[in-house]
Amino acid sequence: MKPVLAVEDLTVTIGTRRGPAHAVAGVDWAVRPGETLALVGESGSGKSMSVLAATGLAPRTARVAGRVHLLGTELTGLGEDRRRQLRGRHIGFVFQDPMTSLNPVLTVGRQVTEAAEEHLGLTRRAARSRAVELLELVGIPSAGQRVDAYPHQFSGGMRQRVVIAMALACEPDLLIADEPTTALDVTTQAQIVELVADLQRRLGTAVVWITHDLGVVAGIADTVAVMYAGRILEQGPVDAVFATPSHPYTGALLAARPDPAAGGAELVTIAGAPPSPLDLPAGCAFWPRCPVRGDARCEHELPPLVPVSAGHQVRTFYPQPSDGERQ
Amino acid sequence: MSERQRADLGTAVPADGTAHGGVPKQREPGEVVAELDDLAVWFPTPAGLVRAVDGVSLRVRRGETLGLVGESGSGKSTTGLALLRLVDPTSGTVRVGGEDVTRWSRRRLRALRRRVAMVFQDPQASLDPRLTIGASIAEPLIVHRLTDGGAARRRRVGELLDMVGLRGELADRHPHELSGGQRQRVGIARALAGEPDLIVLDEPIASLDLSVQAQIMNLLRRLQRDLGLTYLFIAHDLAAVEHMSDRMAVMYLGRIVESGTPAQIWRDPAHPYTAALLSAVPVADPQVERERRRIILSGDIPSPVDPPGGCRFRTRCPQARPECAETDPVLAEVDPDHRAACLFAKEAVRAMRST
Amino acid sequence: MSERTINREGQLRRALAALRRDPLALTGSLVLAVLVVVGVGGSWLAPSGINEVNVDQMLQPPSWAHPFGTDELGRDVLSRVMVAARVSLQVGLVSVGIALVVGVTLGLFAGYYRGWLDNVLMRCMDVLFAFPVLLLAVAIVAVLGPGLSTAMVAIGVVYTPIFARVTRAGVLSVREQVFVRAAVSVGASDLRIMRRHVLPNIAAPLIVQTSLSLAFAILSEAALSFLGLGVQPPDPAWGRMLFDGRGFVTDAWWLGFFPGAAIFLTVLAFNLVGDALRDVLDPRQLTVSEARRSTA
Repeated sequence: MKPVLAVEDLTVTIGTRRGPAHAVAGVDWAVRPGETLALVGESGSGKSMSVLAATGLAPRTARVAGRVHLLGTELTGLGEDRRRQLRGRHIGFVFQDPMTSLNPVLTVGRQVTEAAEEHLGLTRRAARSRAVELLELVGIPSAGQRVDAYPHQFSGGMRQRVVIAMALACEPDLLIADEPTTALDVTTQAQIVELVADLQRRLGTAVVWITHDLGVVAGIADTVAVMYAGRILEQGPVDAVFATPSHPYTGALLAARPDPAAGGAELVTIAGAPPSPLDLPAGCAFWPRCPVRGDARCEHELPPLVPVSAGHQVRTFYPQPSDGERQ
Repeated sequence: MSERQRADLGTAVPADGTAHGGVPKQREPGEVVAELDDLAVWFPTPAGLVRAVDGVSLRVRRGETLGLVGESGSGKSTTGLALLRLVDPTSGTVRVGGEDVTRWSRRRLRALRRRVAMVFQDPQASLDPRLTIGASIAEPLIVHRLTDGGAARRRRVGELLDMVGLRGELADRHPHELSGGQRQRVGIARALAGEPDLIVLDEPIASLDLSVQAQIMNLLRRLQRDLGLTYLFIAHDLAAVEHMSDRMAVMYLGRIVESGTPAQIWRDPAHPYTAALLSAVPVADPQVERERRRIILSGDIPSPVDPPGGCRFRTRCPQARPECAETDPVLAEVDPDHRAACLFAKEAVRAMRST
Repeated sequence: MSERTINREGQLRRALAALRRDPLALTGSLVLAVLVVVGVGGSWLAPSGINEVNVDQMLQPPSWAHPFGTDELGRDVLSRVMVAARVSLQVGLVSVGIALVVGVTLGLFAGYYRGWLDNVLMRCMDVLFAFPVLLLAVAIVAVLGPGLSTAMVAIGVVYTPIFARVTRAGVLSVREQVFVRAAVSVGASDLRIMRRHVLPNIAAPLIVQTSLSLAFAILSEAALSFLGLGVQPPDPAWGRMLFDGRGFVTDAWWLGFFPGAAIFLTVLAFNLVGDALRDVLDPRQLTVSEARRSTA
């Protein structure tokens, strides 16, 4: 199946007072219809920036290079108007904080269908009934009345449902969810995760889910890409990556969570901090913190992404567990 | 800390206050450092009186970690603030080191805040951007006149930085020059400066990256082991509370709904809310995630201005029965040292898990 | 505290560097520098005495001997403008100093403690604020009697509410910050928190407000002197000279022009520097108009 959105060799460089910051330093990924791609990483890993840049939402100070295909159309080189049109029609966005995604002085009904009115040419009356339909779709009780309420009259979880309804208004081919549950409680997070999975099954939408939470990834993703310092260090089918994490960074991240089954053992930590995007090392960006810590080659030479099994790639000279140990 | 040591310290018993007045069972009871008895903290707001904390009793004993877990609006942070008297109790008592501090004057409270220290959620916001790291850490030393003169103070600041794993020269830096994890270490150093009897850790890892969370949790445990510290560890992250605590309590809408050891609560939750919370925590294993059946709660936490009568959880409880609207359940023992505030404790959880 | 000075120096250095880059601010700073030199050394630098009456030389237009011309008594206008700079600076500094100390103290307590104290203090400030600036100053001078010191007190009183409001607005936002709660949690006293945490964090808007107020204070002094309520003759003051020159506008334009130009340049310079400082210190800081809104 052809990808909905594909990104090749994407780089994002942001001009700062102290020089260029390499927020994304060469990233390839693709998401197919009905599939969920999880981009996972810690803050500053470039996971959000790669998606914003691919969809033309990078800040003005950012220089974006590389190729981006949306449903087979090359986006790079298109005019801003055409790009906005394609984005509005085919991509829905859900961001972390539902309160800032909503305009406090408009009713939720108006906001949910605002984009649809523009891109599908709905009348006000049609838009209103479509809004009710969408609010019902995302599980808002008594949507017929709630459609005229204002965002502050909703709880955090309900607001995020409204934002999801908004994102789905144009029946997008792709839903981009940038840390959509980070600001929510666990029980609400479970509701939202369930909702998105259900909508995806019913509508066949492709999803790019950006998160730092490996637990959420395990629950929603088909494929996962682990990002660090602007690059993908490991990517592949979610089962393969979680069962045999092959990059030392992925392994360390998985081990860093307290495991209730393990009793009170000391947690595995990763020493130090990620490199500054102003000064990315020539070799492996994770090398200074790496528990395996290979050799001079790691320090000076950028490891390529190499396959370890079907669809499972890793950017290291020393895949873990080493080849001999792998069954 | 080894498993055995943890068990030895497992003595925090949230006092139930009302129904079960008898002496709670304890293994090797340590001295009670701080105690809340039927505490209520209500805030007036334009929408009405918010009952942030509404009848919470707990005890923290020397050398242990009491974990407090709950979602937003559960009142867990307000409970922590009450121990430093950073909020004024509406009713109930706050005792620290055996003294009733509920009605202490502002002046006396300043001395209390040497004995109970606090670490905040957002390390960036909790440090004055205009002060150096050293000046922030030295503040308790100056306020309580704990060191004589600048040289002694600088030496102590150096010691404190060393304890939390930071280099001494960071004392001259400003918060914006540090990473998130380093800033939280500074927050911990400041809390240690007055050698407090109790440290309230209010979501100390919530705004940190995963790998840094592990560093901070290890640091806190090491400090506790080396210095014999006592913690109240407040978090929404069940796995973190389980990992850090000797005893833990689960809060919902201003009340403690369940308390016990982490193992009891993790393996055998007695309150339906705890069970739902546990089932909502994502596990970093796709196989497990695919096969597990979640208990998805409907709706949201009700408004603390107008909490439901009877059991507060009944409006979202998948096992709510008519009786739940009539009786307000008290924390009752379901196993030794394991309490739950549910009329159908355990039974309801079994029913939820089998349907 | 050595740490604190380092921080202040860092900020000062940043501010100076930014001022250097901005040509308008640089011009403003140069004008201010000249003003300070003239203000301090005016009586020595002035080519002739300010009260050297020379009837032969009366109402001479600008010339090499008298670059700003002479007045109706033959006094050198340049010398009088230079010496008057001291008065203007003095009035500006003293009156803004009064406003700063009183206003910041009131604003700090009102914003920190809120409640009835806040209500009483800020309603008093509202009353002061409701009067037109000059009318209020005139009223105060009328009560206390004309003269330099009463003019300074009057102008100080007039500008106190502005500082109280800017301070209070800043305090209201800073006191909600977690680091203030953290300071309370280690047992710091209210006074210590105000001095050590709140004031340094609202310094930026106060510095900007000070430089802008200096300009307005100098203008007010000129106005009071123009009305004969400030500096008394024969001492020179720009406003008074402007007043005296008004009868000669057609015959001897220089009598009014040069003191007027001095007022204009000084006020402009303070405003340019104030605006630049605002951008350097904090783009989001509050000035009078925002402070006015936030007291509602």
